[in-house]
Amino acid sequence: MSDLQDIVKDFLVESYENLDQLDRDLVRLEQDSASAEELGSIFRTIHTIKGTCGFLGFDKLQSVAHAGENLLSKLRDRELTLRPDITTGLFSLVDAIRQILANIENLGAEGEADYCDLIRTLIALQVEPSNSARDDEPRIGSHPASGTGIQADPPAVQVEPDQAGPSSDGRHSSISDGTIRVDVGLLDKLMNRVGELVLARNQILQFTGGSSDTELHSAAQRLNLITTELQEGVMKTRMQPIGNLWSKFPRIVRDLAIHCGKEVRIEMEGKETELDKTIVESIKDPLTHIVRNAIDHGIESAAERLAAGKTVESCLRLRAFHEGGQVNIEISDDGRGLDLARIRQKAIDRGLITLDQAMRISDREVAQLTFTAGFSTAAQVTNLSGRGVGMDVVKNNVEKIGGTVDVHSQPGQGTTIKLKIPLTLAIIPALIVTCRGDRFAIPQVNLLELVRLAGDQVHRGIESLHGALVYRLRGQLLPIVYLCRELGLDDTTSAGEDAAINIVVLKADDGQFGLVVDSINDTEEIVVKPLSPQLKGIPVYAGATIMGDGKVALILDVLGTAQRAHVVGEVRDRMLTEHRGDAPKPVDNRQKLLIAKLGNRRLAMPLSTVSRLEEIPAAAIEQAGGQDVVQYRGAILPLLRLASLLGVSTDTDPSGELQVIVYSEHGRSVGLVVDRIMDIVESSIDTLRSGQGNDVFGSAIVQGRVTDLLDLPSLIRRADAALFDNSTSAKGVLA
Amino acid sequence: MTSAPQFCTFFLDDLYFGVEVQRVQEVIRYQEMTRVPLASQMIAGLINLRGQIVTAIDLRKRLGISDRRGPNQPMNVIVCEGESVVSLLVDEISEVIAVDASAFENPPETLRGPARSLIQGAYKLDRQLLLVLNTAEAVHVPSD
Repeated sequence: MSDLQDIVKDFLVESYENLDQLDRDLVRLEQDSASAEELGSIFRTIHTIKGTCGFLGFDKLQSVAHAGENLLSKLRDRELTLRPDITTGLFSLVDAIRQILANIENLGAEGEADYCDLIRTLIALQVEPSNSARDDEPRIGSHPASGTGIQADPPAVQVEPDQAGPSSDGRHSSISDGTIRVDVGLLDKLMNRVGELVLARNQILQFTGGSSDTELHSAAQRLNLITTELQEGVMKTRMQPIGNLWSKFPRIVRDLAIHCGKEVRIEMEGKETELDKTIVESIKDPLTHIVRNAIDHGIESAAERLAAGKTVESCLRLRAFHEGGQVNIEISDDGRGLDLARIRQKAIDRGLITLDQAMRISDREVAQLTFTAGFSTAAQVTNLSGRGVGMDVVKNNVEKIGGTVDVHSQPGQGTTIKLKIPLTLAIIPALIVTCRGDRFAIPQVNLLELVRLAGDQVHRGIESLHGALVYRLRGQLLPIVYLCRELGLDDTTSAGEDAAINIVVLKADDGQFGLVVDSINDTEEIVVKPLSPQLKGIPVYAGATIMGDGKVALILDVLGTAQRAHVVGEVRDRMLTEHRGDAPKPVDNRQKLLIAKLGNRRLAMPLSTVSRLEEIPAAAIEQAGGQDVVQYRGAILPLLRLASLLGVSTDTDPSGELQVIVYSEHGRSVGLVVDRIMDIVESSIDTLRSGQGNDVFGSAIVQGRVTDLLDLPSLIRRADAALFDNSTSAKGVLA
Repeated sequence: MTSAPQFCTFFLDDLYFGVEVQRVQEVIRYQEMTRVPLASQMIAGLINLRGQIVTAIDLRKRLGISDRRGPNQPMNVIVCEGESVVSLLVDEISEVIAVDASAFENPPETLRGPARSLIQGAYKLDRQLLLVLNTAEAVHVPSD
C-alpha cells in the first residue's frame, strides 16, 4: 500500500513541475504560435499525466487530460491553428489539473468538482470556427480555479526570452534526463560531514606543517585541495537558480495584467543567479507581492500612459545579480512612480510622522515610509492589493533572512524595489572579535564600521553622559556598550590602561551602538549551528560555530545584545512616542534639542539650527581682526565664546580641547564654544519662564532639569553684527 | 524483568553513578571547552564533537555537590536525550556492568535537594550502591 502512496507522491511532484513548465510554454506559445517545440512539450506533459493517472485510477483527471490531449494533438499536427480562445482554454485546463492534483494531495481523492463544461469546451475548440463561431465563444468558468473574469481577448503579456544565454528551447528534455531528486535532509547531513572533514583537514595540515617529509606535504596539499573542492561542491547542491522561482511570474503577470486591463511585458535578467534553496523559498512570497503591487499600483492604465506620452505596453523588469557576497534582486516598472506628496500627507494623517518631520525628511526617506505597517497609498482597495498589509510584511520577511529592501522612485518614470539577500543562511560572513580571551562572531549584516581609538583618544574618546557611555561619531552621540561587562566577564583591563580601544559600530533595529571589544581578528565565513535547548533562553547569542582550529565560538545576536544593554529600548520608546497619533501634546511642540553645558547652566538649541559638532584643540586658535578664529574645512570659522557672551563663568581648562557647535546661516558659519555637549533629546518644549533678555527664548524643563532655550540668530547678531548683516530680510525670517 | 539491565558507570567523589547503556552515545576524555558567559553555572561550556556542537553540563554543580578538586580533568559522558546530545562532566569513568534487576530500590524519602529528582533509585551491589541517574532530568538545566 505504501508503495502505491509513494507512486502517487512521485506522480504529484513530477506533475507539479511539469505544470510549471507548461505555464511557461503556454505564455510563450501565445507569442509565437508556430513553435512546434513548445506544442510538443505541452502535448507530452498532458499525455504523461493522462497516462499515469489512468494507471493510478484517477478517472476524472484522466478525462480532463484526455480532452486536452486531443485538442493539443490537433494543434501539433497543424490541423488547427492556435487562437486566443484556445490558449485561454488550455490555461483553464492547466488550472483544472492543478486543482485536481491539489485535491489528491490533500484529500487523497479527486474532489467533487465537475469538469464536464471544461471538457465540452475543449472538445468544441477542436473544431475550426466557422464565420459565426466568434459569437458563441467558449464559455469558461465552470470550474472554480479559472475565476470568472477571464476573457478570451488576446492576452496582453509577452515574454521575452532570457537575454542571457541561448534560448532554452529543447534543453529541458536533456536536463531532466541528467538530474535526480535528492532529499534536502540528506544534503544537510552531507554538508555536516564535509564540515567535519574540513576540521580534520585543518588538523592534518597543522601536523604536517612541522614535518619535513615532502611526500607527506604533497599528500596533505592534495587533501587540502580536494576538501575545499568537495566543500564547494556540496554547497552548490543546495543552490538553485532564481529562474526556478521567476518561472511562475509570466503566468501571474499575464493574469494580473488581464485582470487590471493593462498590457505588461515581463523581462528577466540573471535567471541563472543562484541562491540557497531555503532562501529561494523564503523570498517567494515577498517577490510575488512586489510584482503584484507593481502591476496593480505602479503601472498606469492605458489611457494614462498614452496621456503621459508612453507606450501602452508597460515593462516589468526582474533583474538578479551577485554583488559583494550577496544576491541583489531588482524589480522595476516604468509606471507612474511613487506619489511622494501623497505618501507624506498619508504619513501625517496616520500620525506616523509629524508635520515638522515631513518637511525635513528627504524624498528617499519618504519612499521608505511605504514599508511601514498599515501603509497603503492606493486610493481604493482592490482585491489584489491596497489593504495596507503588504510592503511591511515584505520588509519583515526579507529582514528575517538577513536581507534588506530599498525603494527608488522617479516620478513619471517608474519604481524600482531593490532586495539584497544573503546567498545562504547556513554559512554567513562574520567578524571575529576577542573579548577576555574568548572569541565571538558578529554577523556581518549588522556591521556598520570599525573605530579604533589610540593614543590620547583612549582616555578621552569615550565620554560619560550621566553614567551612560557615548562616543562622538562624526558629531553624533553613539551609545557605547562594553562586551565584557555585558557578558559579565572579568572587567580588569588585561592589556593595560593605554591599550587602544576597538569599537565595533553595529546597527540593531533602527538604532546604532558601539560595542567595545578587546581585539578585532578578521572576517570569516562561518557555519551557523543552533544552540542546545539549555542555552536557547540567552538572547545575547544567535548560535555557535566551529572555528578553523576546531574550537567553538559563540555567535552574538546583535539585537539581543543591544536589548540587554538597553541601547535599542530607548530608541524604540522614542519611536513609539513619535508614532503615537494621539500624543497628548500638540505635535508642533516636539523638537529635537541639542543640550550643552556652560558653567552651571544647561543650554538648549533646536538641533535643526546646528550644522555640526566639533572638537577643536586650543592650539589651533588663531587671531583675525581681533577675534578668535580657526581654520575649518578650508575656510575661516569665527569662534564665539558663549560663556563671555552670556556672562557665565566657566571652569574649563582654556588650553584643552574646545567643544564647538557650528551654526550656519546663508552659507556663513560661526563656532559657538561651550563647556560640554551633553545630549540630543527629543522633547516637547513648554516654555515656563520667558523673557530674560534678548538671547534666550525662555526656560523649560528638559530631562527633568531647568534648561535655557537659546535664541541663536539673535545671540549671534548681537555678538557679531558684521557676520550676518548682509540681509535684513534673513533676519526677519529667522527672528 | 528477566534481562539484566546494563549501566555505564562513573564516579563523582565517592558516589557511584550509573546511566543506562542505551542512553550513552560515547565516553570521551576531556575536551577543550568554550565557556558561555551569562549561562547557568551548571553549563560548563561547549565542545566540538566531530563537527557537532555539544553542551557540557557540570554534573557536580547540577547535583549541588562541592567543586572538583585535584589535578584530574573531568571526563565527558555523551548522552542522547530525545533530539539533543549533551555531555555530562564526571570525575572518573568506571566499567559497564550488568546488574540484577531485583536489587533495585527507590530512593529513601530522606533524599532531599536537587538530587531528589535526579536519582531514580539505587541498585544494592555487594560492595556499594549504584545510583541511577535520571538523564532526562539531568540535561534539563533550570534557569538561574
